[in-house]
Amino acid sequence: MNNVQNKKRANKSLPFFFKDEFKVFFVIIFFSTILLISTFTFDKVPPILNRGIQPATFPKGLLVLIMFLTTIIYYLSFKNPWKKEKKLPKPFFLTILSFILFVVISKTLDFFLAISVLSIFVSYNWGERRVFYLLLVGIIFPLVVFIFFEMILGLRFPPGIITNLYYY
Amino acid sequence: MMAPLFSSKLLIVLLFGTLFGLILGVLPGLGPTTGGALILPFTMTLDPLSAIVLLTSIYCAGTYGGAITAVLINTPGTPAAAATCLDGYPLAQKGEAGRALGMATVSSTVGGIFSVIVLVFFAPVLAKLAYEFGQPEYFALAIFGLTMLASIGEGSPIKNLIAGAFGILISTIGKDFMTSIDRFTYGINELSVGIGFIPVVVGLFAISEMLTQSTLLDQVFKRVALKAVKLPSLDDYKKTWKTILRSSGIGSFIGVLPAEGGTVASLIGYSEAKRFSKEPEEFGKGSIEGIAGAEAANNAATGGAMVPTLALGIPGSATTAVILTGLIIHGVRPGPDLFREQPDFLYGIFGAMLIANVLFFIFGFFGAKLFARITLVPNKILWPMIFAVSVCGTYSLSQSIIDVWIMLFFGVLGFFMRRFGFSVVPVIIGLILGELVEGTLRQSLVIFDGNWLMFLTRPIALTFFILSLIALAFPLLRSKKQKN
Repeated sequence: MNNVQNKKRANKSLPFFFKDEFKVFFVIIFFSTILLISTFTFDKVPPILNRGIQPATFPKGLLVLIMFLTTIIYYLSFKNPWKKEKKLPKPFFLTILSFILFVVISKTLDFFLAISVLSIFVSYNWGERRVFYLLLVGIIFPLVVFIFFEMILGLRFPPGIITNLYYY
Repeated sequence: MMAPLFSSKLLIVLLFGTLFGLILGVLPGLGPTTGGALILPFTMTLDPLSAIVLLTSIYCAGTYGGAITAVLINTPGTPAAAATCLDGYPLAQKGEAGRALGMATVSSTVGGIFSVIVLVFFAPVLAKLAYEFGQPEYFALAIFGLTMLASIGEGSPIKNLIAGAFGILISTIGKDFMTSIDRFTYGINELSVGIGFIPVVVGLFAISEMLTQSTLLDQVFKRVALKAVKLPSLDDYKKTWKTILRSSGIGSFIGVLPAEGGTVASLIGYSEAKRFSKEPEEFGKGSIEGIAGAEAANNAATGGAMVPTLALGIPGSATTAVILTGLIIHGVRPGPDLFREQPDFLYGIFGAMLIANVLFFIFGFFGAKLFARITLVPNKILWPMIFAVSVCGTYSLSQSIIDVWIMLFFGVLGFFMRRFGFSVVPVIIGLILGELVEGTLRQSLVIFDGNWLMFLTRPIALTFFILSLIALAFPLLRSKKQKN
């Protein structure tokens, strides 16, 4: 109980733009506004084809609702501040980095290679140092999954430097 | 009722589904929703009945499996087992892990079977009622579902509403299904078909959980030793039979409401068990009634949640949203017509759920010790493997690399949503109900010639709107009562 109160107090002492409440409020309002603006670029249908409302009306209504509700939670947070979350540890950022690596490698080199690299990278950064287990998660298991999907589901994976070796 | 199940293929599917569900339930962070989403691509190789039998058996067994880790390592394998930790772990610490797991197994089985009976009798009645529903009624029902989810789901109701609205917003991406006008596609061809359900579910559940696990690497679990699961004694039965029946009723009822199914049901089942108990002071210290109350309720919610899913096409929980997707992928349209045209298919599902409850009783009773060992697989090995399956599973549905990137995006988004107190379940329900909400609203407005007030002239729709308002007011009244 004391811990929660301390966390809340710690959050209260920060300038408003550093508080989680404001960050969440800002991000939601910012992206909702961009999306709302983009709804004005949607094509309109002539009245004869218009089924009840224009295609842009429904998403517009949803975005306004989201912005309204976000404002309410921000207002309520003045009375009842959120507890301050713990700082994110290094493995979290490394895992996010591995996702970025995955996207880059799967786009430029190879899908299978991307899975392998991510698996070894994550496993290593989460503390695994034994080579056999790194090979197990990075090569043996993805290979089994790859072949399983290919044979059972007849799936064709996107071409790449390693996948091509398998197909040709 | 059981006739379609007497084929060796279906029995194998059922056995596999129950075992797989138990493993998923035991592993903290995974669960029947993530597992169901991951296995969905594999169901494409099965006929519709086998596919849905597989998904429902995973659902039933996965819900029970969470209790094993709740009792032995004080970490709920699934969110629905959170209330089981409160008394299961203290009882296990007293050297009675076998007794705690025995009670969890028996009450889960009773709750599960009770809810299947409710499903068998109640779903056809609801389906018949649904014949009275037109577009305005379906719109009002979907709104009621979303407000109920926001109101009695986990966390802040306003945040749940935002998440639900966000889910509906995602469903509007792509070509408008009525006019074929592009919305939020920004010239990206792949987006014109919309965002698939599987990348979003796998991202929000599996990938966001992977990120959560990356923040918990220094966490150490204290395991309690388990010799064997023991059947409850006569004294335990005498003490708990009323609690089990009450919680089975509560769980089935909560399950029928479109909310978070088992999680909410187990919390209410637990608190009601405490309220009616002659020894409420024992709760939290290893009360056998506490375990019975929570476990009977969360498993009873499985059958309950299948009622609106099959009768109306409105999912009662996140896992039933996955099952609903499975139905749609296999060309089965849930709703009243399903009850009239394919009764064998439905009775196959009912029978499978019944057998799954008996199977997890047997597996749980004789294999809990073995299943508990699965938690020893380190996260640094387990999660990269889950990632590989998630990526291939997501890619396989439409063979699109964009889907994999969407999955990663929703993984990161889901992590931050959960970090800041937004439940991801309303996003899933919103996404699956999105087309229904928008479609029925627009068709209703065509019927009403654009006059919104005409909704109030339809008694069933009006009832659902009033219930929605009550659902929204409920958290306010509850917090006022708590303050007083």
